[in-house]
Amino acid sequence: MTLVREALLVSGKDLRIERRAKVTLSQVVPFAAIVLLLFAFALDPDRGVLTRAAPGLFWIAVLLASLLAVSRSFAVEAENGARDALRLSGLDPMAIFLGKSLAVLAQLLVLEVVLTIGVVVLYDLSLRSLVPLALASVAATIGVVATGIVYGVLTAGLRLRETLVPLLVLPVVTPALLGATRAWEASVDGVPGEAWPWVAVLGAFALIAGTVGLLAFGPLLEES
Amino acid sequence: MTLLPRPVNIVLGWTTLVALGALVVFGLWVAPPDAVQSDAQRLMYLHVPAAWLAYLAFFVTALTSALYLWRRTRATVWDHVAGASAELGVIFTGLTLVLGSLWGRPIWGVWWAWDARLVTTAVLFFLYLGYLALRRIPGDADARAKRSAIAALIAFVDVPIVHFSVSWWRTLHQEGTVFNSELSPEIGGTMAFTLWLGVLAFTLLYVYLLSKRYELSVLQEELEAVELEVAIAERIGEPAPRIDAAAGAVRDTR
Repeated sequence: MTLVREALLVSGKDLRIERRAKVTLSQVVPFAAIVLLLFAFALDPDRGVLTRAAPGLFWIAVLLASLLAVSRSFAVEAENGARDALRLSGLDPMAIFLGKSLAVLAQLLVLEVVLTIGVVVLYDLSLRSLVPLALASVAATIGVVATGIVYGVLTAGLRLRETLVPLLVLPVVTPALLGATRAWEASVDGVPGEAWPWVAVLGAFALIAGTVGLLAFGPLLEES
Repeated sequence: MTLLPRPVNIVLGWTTLVALGALVVFGLWVAPPDAVQSDAQRLMYLHVPAAWLAYLAFFVTALTSALYLWRRTRATVWDHVAGASAELGVIFTGLTLVLGSLWGRPIWGVWWAWDARLVTTAVLFFLYLGYLALRRIPGDADARAKRSAIAALIAFVDVPIVHFSVSWWRTLHQEGTVFNSELSPEIGGTMAFTLWLGVLAFTLLYVYLLSKRYELSVLQEELEAVELEVAIAERIGEPAPRIDAAAGAVRDTR
């Protein structure tokens, strides 16, 4: 129980910083939105390509935004020796991992809701089976966030981290992009039966990424 | 500081050279041209061993990374071997992709196909390219070794997930990809022998290069330490330990 309490404490701290600084809201969300616009410039909006590709484009936008969100999550620890304070706080590293992940997860889920409205309005996408769609999105986001947080702490305090994190994270989360896109496509086509297997894959990915994160975060935080 | 005793290394080097020479002779002249693919099939004598090597190299990286992380077996040798092996793995993965592409053009008519194995191999390439980039960042040796080891294990765990999801994706989409039974005829006789010879030659090459790369990696580290000493001595205005003396120290450790 203390694990949950401590995790909530850390995520509360991160979300409070976000509420005051509004970096995700005023920078990351608009960034993801402009990516949606850029896709429309790249793919002719009149030929129906955008609508067909919408699930994949949505997830690429989410992935790019998640890199920024993770980077932000560790940028707040970089100043004023905050990372040392976190290490010395006596909090369980697993709780710190869970807390930081929860905070980024919450922000990304908000971002996904905004982007979903974006693809529905801009790309003329109609969503049919909402339950598998929502579950796939949550599972995929958990997997991406857990992976991102691990690489975030892995590279915390290193030079070149801004350019390194995308190279490290993106190949690892390819299964999440793949699964989420397929699940979305099935939901858009109104065949939830085809979405469920992918939801299971995403759930497994989230579980593995989360487990690896719980185990690896402590040793990595010590070294960072 | 060599991975293998010096005489073993020398013998290994020559054996590798002979095996590679034999592979060239068998692959280009002795083995008959394939009935369907004719001479293009000869690329397989390099492509298949390269792919095998890439997997072997990444397995060695994962194994030595785990050995480094485990306290009882922690030793810098594992870190050096993990890095050396990952480098070889990336080179051979790249070689596998290029050779496969060269073969695919005449046989499939395309440079690239979205086949599960191809996509997985491409992801594998980028996974370990990231790992190598992480290793290049300077810093405390132990901290670097630890985070590299964890990154290597994450990459290793990720590979089967990537492979599973990608192959599932492709089989859901299209029946019978390019890798169906018709395109991979049974092989036998000289062709099979040549393929095995290729695997053997490349494995020898891997062990030889790994041992050489390990030596280089250790020397690099020692050189950095010596350079640091020199820089510190210059900074505090003491007569610097002479560089050639330092180089001698590096030589002695070999």
